[in-house]
Amino acid sequence: MTDILNVVCMEMSNSTKSNIALTIDGLSKSYGEVKAIRSLSFTAEKGEIFGIIGPDGAGKTTLFRILTTLILADKGSATIEGMDIVKDYKQIRQHIGYMPGKFSLYQDMTVEENLKFFATLFGNTIEDNYDLIKDIYQQIEPFKKRRAGKLSGGMKQKLALSCALIHRPNVLFLDEPTTGVDPVSRKEFWDILLRLKKEGITIIVSTPYMDEASLCDRIALIQDGSFLDIDTPKGIIAKFKQELFSVRTDNMHKLLKDLKCYEDISTSYSFGKDYHVTFINNVDEKRFINYLYQRGHSDIYFKKISPNVEDCFMLLSRKIQP
Amino acid sequence: MTDREIVIHTSELTKQFDKFVAVDHISFDVYKGEIFGFLGANGAGKTTAMRMLTALSTPTSGQGTVAGYDIKRQPEQIKRNIGYMSQKFSLYEDLKVWENMRLFGGIYGMSESKIKTETENILHRLNIYDERNTVVGELPLGWKQKLSFSISIFHRPKIVFLDEPTGGVDPVTRRQFWELIYKAVEEDITVFVTTHYMDEAEYCDRVSIMVDGKIKALDTPANLRSEFNCENMDEVFQKLARSAKRKGD
Repeated sequence: MTDILNVVCMEMSNSTKSNIALTIDGLSKSYGEVKAIRSLSFTAEKGEIFGIIGPDGAGKTTLFRILTTLILADKGSATIEGMDIVKDYKQIRQHIGYMPGKFSLYQDMTVEENLKFFATLFGNTIEDNYDLIKDIYQQIEPFKKRRAGKLSGGMKQKLALSCALIHRPNVLFLDEPTTGVDPVSRKEFWDILLRLKKEGITIIVSTPYMDEASLCDRIALIQDGSFLDIDTPKGIIAKFKQELFSVRTDNMHKLLKDLKCYEDISTSYSFGKDYHVTFINNVDEKRFINYLYQRGHSDIYFKKISPNVEDCFMLLSRKIQP
Repeated sequence: MTDREIVIHTSELTKQFDKFVAVDHISFDVYKGEIFGFLGANGAGKTTAMRMLTALSTPTSGQGTVAGYDIKRQPEQIKRNIGYMSQKFSLYEDLKVWENMRLFGGIYGMSESKIKTETENILHRLNIYDERNTVVGELPLGWKQKLSFSISIFHRPKIVFLDEPTGGVDPVTRRQFWELIYKAVEEDITVFVTTHYMDEAEYCDRVSIMVDGKIKALDTPANLRSEFNCENMDEVFQKLARSAKRKGD
């Protein structure tokens, strides 16, 4: 019964407030000659996981540092829950959590001291919001007397996330939380994010791993400081209009060269055990497979497939820099 | 297969820090001209094993040879016959492209003329001839990684160790990087590589997966997929790594 009441209350408050967690409009920032980000705009809704996806050097960290009020943009504006990132920076800092890509806690303070320190900064105690971090913090609690600098990478990451959450922020900024993390730990980290989302926290997360895109509600693909596209992962994939094929033979190293020599091939990229290829014209399957036989391939596998976000990223980045 | 030249051999190789056995009696061979994928979760012991193979750390017990040299008794010869590149170790950012090549060529004792011809070769191969006077720090990350790899095999080592060479690199450059690896293999350089991208595990001739300091699986990607009844290497990795008891790094 109380659950139902809670839901009703939440719906009432939602209807009276804006549903927008974050709006940015034309943000640009240069460092000398280098344009780090170029006129970026997007809107993130409350309670969504919004992914900023792109390689190192694309501008992700600059964008995060502007949004977390640590540096100023050259141009453009942004608001977080209606507060301006320049005028209202002090209030914003009360309502956001930030986990930088580089481990930034106090290395010579213990696990517990770090957490207590960050709680105190926001006028809280660890107990106030313990329920929010319980699942994460319990995994490192056995080491609470250890200095943060002596933790392993995975434990540092969990402590940093706990510290970013201890004041129960409305919007959480995670800058490349899974970089250099193995596939199993990456899956575990994303399970945590999906749980935090259920708590109603808006999550803005950046990653260079394209396979994490499908776990976001919406994504912005970024390269060289510009967004290539912003949409749901499904929406991005739906815009891939070319026919995409998967091809595999008994000699994959040779196949790479032979694909490049086939005049009707538009793109060919390796994807694990297959190559993904597109053709310039409508595919003449018989002719193509004959060509591969002539080149000495056998066990030929050729099939039309649907693209993934990485296919889309490469297609879009080709368009801007041929 | 058995008559192929062995370039890395380990037998019961072990490294212990106090009571913690970081690398626990690993035995394997790597053959000449092979791309050998060395996989494992963070904390499984990959880095420690790699430090022993590159003669940066001495094993507690067990044996190993790299490029024909004993890892305990001949560390200096090993260092001269291998190349090493990691995501973190980059080049000297405030030196120009050609200056970095000159420096590393000199460190490996290459002759002036050899350094000159190799420098020309790399600049043309990577299509960066016009950038030869650019300070490395100003190059885009993807170029840096490709340059860094080319310099790691500048002295034509028998083996090159690559520690997560493609982390954070954009998807197109990541694939170009692998084409450079294939080229190195054609020149008879053996490649020993770690990665967290499971699609890249498929590009290796053979793959080993470390769990809790031990090698839990070692075979071709195709054989591993069928042995563990998985669609791809990511599933194989998840199956094996989830059994880990160590919660590390």
